[in-house]
Amino acid sequence: MIELKNVSKTFQTARGAVEAVQNVSLKIERGDIYGIIGLSGAGKSTLVRCMNFLERPSSGEVYFAGVDLATLRAKELRQTRKAISMIFQSFNLLSQRTALKNVCYPLEISKVPKEQALQKAQRLLELVGLSDRAGAYPSQLSGGQQQRVAIARALATDPKVLLCDEATSALDPNTTRSILKLLRDINEKLGVTIVVITHEMQVVEQICNKVAVMEAGSVVESGPVQEVFLHPQSDMAKNLILPKTRPMEVVDGGQIFRLVFDGQSAYAPVLSNLILECRVPVNILRADTKKIREKAFGQMVLQLPKDPAAAARVRAYLAEHEIQYSEEDAYVGQRDDRYPSDRDS
Amino acid sequence: MWDSGMIDTLLTGILETLYMVVVSTAASYVIGIPVGVILYITDENGICRNKPLNKILGAVVNLLRSVPFIVLLVAIIPFTRAIAGTTIGSTATIVPLVVAAAPFVARMVESSLKEVDGGVIEAAASMGSSPFQIVCKVLLPEAKPSLIVGSAIAITTILGYSAMAGFTGGGGLGSIAINYGYYRYEDDVMLVTVLILVVIVQIFQEVGMRVAFKTDKRIRR
Repeated sequence: MIELKNVSKTFQTARGAVEAVQNVSLKIERGDIYGIIGLSGAGKSTLVRCMNFLERPSSGEVYFAGVDLATLRAKELRQTRKAISMIFQSFNLLSQRTALKNVCYPLEISKVPKEQALQKAQRLLELVGLSDRAGAYPSQLSGGQQQRVAIARALATDPKVLLCDEATSALDPNTTRSILKLLRDINEKLGVTIVVITHEMQVVEQICNKVAVMEAGSVVESGPVQEVFLHPQSDMAKNLILPKTRPMEVVDGGQIFRLVFDGQSAYAPVLSNLILECRVPVNILRADTKKIREKAFGQMVLQLPKDPAAAARVRAYLAEHEIQYSEEDAYVGQRDDRYPSDRDS
Repeated sequence: MWDSGMIDTLLTGILETLYMVVVSTAASYVIGIPVGVILYITDENGICRNKPLNKILGAVVNLLRSVPFIVLLVAIIPFTRAIAGTTIGSTATIVPLVVAAAPFVARMVESSLKEVDGGVIEAAASMGSSPFQIVCKVLLPEAKPSLIVGSAIAITTILGYSAMAGFTGGGGLGSIAINYGYYRYEDDVMLVTVLILVVIVQIFQEVGMRVAFKTDKRIRR
């Protein structure tokens, strides 16, 4: 659906060139909910603007449905943009128009007859659950309602792709969940491919099937969400999955293991059996469960005593019971202050 | 001296002043809106970047704005005669009024447009709007309340200019104040015309503000 090949974007500023996006290649398939996650300043927003040419890449190619966007003339590009809708962190509704008239806007510019446009806008407001607020102005709506109007507006041209630039970052957790659920429904019912830019791991966990992790303008890791969650390769991905909790006293101990359980494995017996069978006292640094696309995943970060033999027994035990694990040099976030986490307050 | 003749003179003065001010403001907006829009959209961050056009237009606007109105009034007498056929009377005064006010209005329009949220323009562009559609359906409607406030300021400025035109026989309340108050030392006539001007300014300003407030949907009521 959308393919980026070696896309880079450099901005010329007074203080010199800023490379916002560096050599990014991505492939977004039809029907995907593709998450692009990274901290602010990682270049996510610039990258997503390259997908509809709101920003022209300095180098590299962007293909939409097989067409190189750079080859299109202004008018053709505008036509193509009607198939690639976008929603924003700050909603960006027309403040002097009612909700209904906002949804009509893309139809107006496509010269759809007024009566037909109004009917379609009304239907779309119904789809996003706001038909009773059709006559309200944006200032009279809450943030979540405004984003629903923006989503209805984005769907008015029957797009193939919906780009979401931090669409839930200005919303509270409950509203975020309901907006994400709406996006999921749209993806399933209307078959719209969705690209989600976010700095929150929960967003990716809740709706995405694929994810790309960005850091300093580059994609450092990408793949199916479960894959990245189970086997994060980059420090950035590890940090997003294991966000730094409250400062913990550094336990001077041995090897750290990160165990990952999918929905099937029983949670508690694994640990107690491990302790009994391996005769090793473990220190639990962290344990939690997450839902990724409705499937439960657990993770546990354990620290063993400084005893190579104990570590070997644990490795053998985990292998024997087919429990997925990774060995960490340090519990990311425990000692490394490079990545502040938004969950940390 | 407060006979019916004087009262008639004053009434005629009021009507002439309103005529000059309303027509010149309208004409200034006919010129000022497109110029203001072009200044805005050709700007560095605009939707139709065009540095040479922006610089040239900006320079012309600044040039006209930097000439004091009373000087401009005299300096463009040949131009005024060419357009209006005469240089005295309220119709002739409209010409220099528009020449002076249109650049001023253009800058006011430009600054109103600058208040429009850039995100909304970006959203419109992302939906495939042409630059013309962005101007007509996004920029101007979104800037409407600010444009109306601007027009109240413009109309009072133009009212001030029109009074100055009294020195060159421009007609209206300005001419009465100058002919009676300044040349004939009839201070009471001067005072009355000044009061009338004050009242007119108050009315324009108040109406402008109220209309702007009423039309602004960003205000929660």
